[in-house]
Parts: sequence; structure tokens; C-alpha cells
Amino acid sequence: MQNISAILYLIAAVLFVLALKGLSSPVTARRGNLFGVIGMVIAIGTTFLIMDKPVLALIGAAMAAGALIGAYKARTVEMTGMPELVAAMHSLVGLSAVLIAIASIFHTGLTHSADQKVELFIGAFIGAITFTASVIAYGKLSGKFGSKSVVFNGQHLLNLLMAIVMVGFGVAYFVADSHAAFLAMVAVALVLGVTLIIPIGGADMPVVVSMLNSYSGWAAAGIGFTLNNPVLIIGGACVGSSGAILSYIMCKAMNRSIISVLLGGFGSDAGGAAAGPSGPKNYRSGSAEDAAFLMANADSVIIVPGYGLAVSRAQHALQEFATMLTEKGVNVRYAIHPVAGRMPGHMNVLLAEADVPYEQVLEMEEINSDFANTDVVLVIGANDVVNPAAQKDKSSSIYGMPILEAYKARTVIIVKRSMSTGYAGLDNDLFYMDKSMMVFGDAKKVVEDLVKAADH
Amino acid sequence: MVDPFITSFTIFVLAVFVGYHVVWNVTPALHTPLMAVTNAISGLIIVGALLQVVDINGQSITLTSVLGAVGIFLASINIFGGFMVTQRMLEMFKKKR
Repeated sequence: MQNISAILYLIAAVLFVLALKGLSSPVTARRGNLFGVIGMVIAIGTTFLIMDKPVLALIGAAMAAGALIGAYKARTVEMTGMPELVAAMHSLVGLSAVLIAIASIFHTGLTHSADQKVELFIGAFIGAITFTASVIAYGKLSGKFGSKSVVFNGQHLLNLLMAIVMVGFGVAYFVADSHAAFLAMVAVALVLGVTLIIPIGGADMPVVVSMLNSYSGWAAAGIGFTLNNPVLIIGGACVGSSGAILSYIMCKAMNRSIISVLLGGFGSDAGGAAAGPSGPKNYRSGSAEDAAFLMANADSVIIVPGYGLAVSRAQHALQEFATMLTEKGVNVRYAIHPVAGRMPGHMNVLLAEADVPYEQVLEMEEINSDFANTDVVLVIGANDVVNPAAQKDKSSSIYGMPILEAYKARTVIIVKRSMSTGYAGLDNDLFYMDKSMMVFGDAKKVVEDLVKAADH
Repeated sequence: MVDPFITSFTIFVLAVFVGYHVVWNVTPALHTPLMAVTNAISGLIIVGALLQVVDINGQSITLTSVLGAVGIFLASINIFGGFMVTQRMLEMFKKKR
């Protein structure tokens, strides 16, 4: 039986890897997801095989209740709300890791070896930090706690002290086998999760979500170690490295180091003073009709969408306009900066929801060399990601950040509410270039006017 | 006889490598579905929760089994929610027309 279950777990683990591999292309992704589902069914089924006297009524009820809630959330969540849902799910993994560790400690039929004690300790504290940190991240993302960062003196010292206290309780549990010490350790870890995440805010949230994704994987792997369960170790390790890679990609796209993100403070009011002493500069503004005329008579148009587009729910109208341009023979494409949305790949999903064909949606590296040969770039709801200062102004705080090179196009149309600054609190020279035209207004209103103007 | 920890650790290190290489090949357009599906996969922790919900010395309701059942409940939300929302997103990436 042991051998059969080990083989079945291996099959499940391979299916999970195939599920991730499927995501290398939209064509194979749905089949990949099916592999993932099959892997999960096998993993759960196999666990029943090796269980000694399972309490089926309790298991069935818990699973059914979870399934109902999960299915309901999956069906009803708005695509703009994906970061919140993902953060909430990370917290659930963290909390289950904690509960499993505590359940295992209080399991009267078991004694734990020294190895297992260390593993329980690691699984529980990573789980506890993941749990509370994700709850705070969820609150920040959904606007319930405010997205500002919270910074105070001695913050990092306090975190360090708590980490030491936490490890101290862990050692006490290890030496004295004290349940109380284990619970105290978990309690400190829960607080640490909160204090680690409150200094991080604003634009850094995509990194935080990815990082917690990684933590949730490590927490699962930690529990897998305790139970010597290979499929849990493999699944957790894959999730852990996936989240780590996404964090790295996000940091690179924002020109931030993971350390500076973790130390926090970005997105607090500290950056506001950097606006600079420059006096009023000249810019050209035009109407939606002017913009529609320019684009309808162009050969090629690249649309640069930012999160402002999604906030005003203008994606569908924008795609309607893009289709009209395409029918007039204009080559229309979308250019996506990695941090265009609120989580990795978010803008792609928002555009896909608005029926934009994915072949028209290009990543920064794929499209940057094409801007110079493009007639019109339409920047809508984006700011910092097209700021030429990132390439030209060494004194700028965003110098070195990879940007979409919209400034190289022949004409740039920028849709914006006002001349106010973006996340980084910086002015944008793109707005003042001779070839640029500002169209002021709410993104949705402007796009609807574009559609009307292109209609005749 | 090799310590079971060493066996587990070997599996872990190799799995990190596999995950690393597979995930770098994921197209950036699908990074959000990737996070959703990894949410579902971390729901695998249900395996650990299941193992706690057993009859201990003839008693089916113990602190261990109840905590385990709550763990099953939470992990199930992830499994069902994660796979279903991934599927929903991937349907949007179907070829148009």
C-alpha cells in the first residue's frame, strides 16, 4: 500500500508541474488547468488510502462547505478584484498550515522526533506570518485599511526583537516539549506578520502579493516536511519558487530591490517633495474628436493602458474603438508594462475580459523597438511607465526603471484627468513634448467620445 | 537507512529547481492565472489537514480532528476557488472569432 500511494503521489506531482507548464501559452493553458485538477483529485484520493480510520462525516462536511464558498467566489469575483481574492487565498493557506501544526502537536497518538519538531516549528511560523500578512495585504488592496504605508521609529528593530523572541519560544518547545511555548511562538509570528507588512504600501503592493504567494508555498512545503509527504513538498516548492520569480519580475519592472520593498516606506508621503522647482510648462490639449481624427488617419497605433483605464471601466469601450480603427485599416496593438495592473499580468486579464485578442497584446520587450515606427501612441490611465525621465534624467527617482518608449512615436496622445503626478509623485516630460497632445477627462467618457467621433 | 528528512530535503531541492525552470517559461500575459492556479495548488495542504481528522483512541471528535477539519474547510476554498477562477480567466484568453 505504501508503495502504491508513493507512486500515485508521484503521478499527482507530475500533473501539477504539467499544469504550470501549460501556462507557457494561452493555447495549452486550459489543458494544463485540467491536469492540475486531476492531480489534486489523485493526491486527495491517495491520502484516503493511507489514512487510518478517517472521520468521514467531518471531512465531507468541511470539504463541501469549502467547495461551496470557493466556487461562489470564483464565479462572482470581478477581474479588477483578483488581487484581493488572491491575497485572501494566501491567508487561508497560512491559517491552515498553522491549524495543522497545532493539531499535530496536540495529536495524542503521536510523538514527534527532533526533526519533526523543527519542521513543525518552521511550518507553523511561516504559516502564521503568511496568514496575518495576507490579511493586511487583503485589507490594503481592497481599500479597507487604506493603502498607505505605516512607518515609525525603531520599526525594524522591533521586528528583529520579535523574530528573536519567536525563535526563543521555538527552542523552548523543542527542549521542553511545551505546548504553551509552541502556541506562544505562533502568537508572536502572527503579530510579526502584521508588523512586517504595514510599512509596505501603494505601488509596491504587486510585489507583496507575489511574495505572499511564495510564502504560502513554503508554508505548504513546511507542513509536507513534517508529514514526510512528497506531493505536498513538491507542490509547495513549485508554488514557492513561482511566487519568488514573480516578486523578482515585479521588482525589476519597478527598478526596486526586494530589500527596499521589504523595508517599506514607498507610497508614504515621503516622495511628495521631489516635484521640483520648475515653473509652468507649456502643453497642448485637444478634444476627443481631434484624437479620433489623428488615429483614424494613422497607419499604426499603439495603445498603452494603465490601471486608470480599469478603474473607470473603459476597457470594453476602448476595444470597440480599437476594432473600428482596425476596420479602417489601422494596425492597432496594445503595449503592456509589467506593472500596468495591480498584480503580475493583471492588465492582460482585464483586456482579455474586454475581448481584446491576445495576439494584439504585447509585452514591453516585444514592442519597445516598434514605437519609433509608430504614428500614434494612445496613453490612457498610465503615467510613470511612459516617463522618459527613467531613461534620460539621472537625478530622477525612477531613473533606470524600464519604460514603454512612447516618447519615440511620431504623435503621443495622453488621456488623463488633469496634469497631476502618478504614483512616484513625478512630473512627466512626455506631456510637454511638441508631439504630445493631452485629452483631459475621465477615461471612460473620453473613450466613448472617441467611439462616437470615429463612427462617422 | 537514510534519515527521512534527507529524502524529503532532496525532493524539496529538486522541486524548487523544477518549479524555477517551469515558471520562467510562463508567458507574462498569464501571470495572474499563474497566481490563481498556484493558490489552488497550495490548497494541497489539505493533505496535511486530512491526516489529522482520524479516530484517535476510539474518539472521533478531538482537538486534533476539529482543527484538521477547519484546515480542510480552508484548503477546500483554495482548491475549488483557485481552479475555477483560473478556468474562468483562461476562457477569456480563447482565440477570438
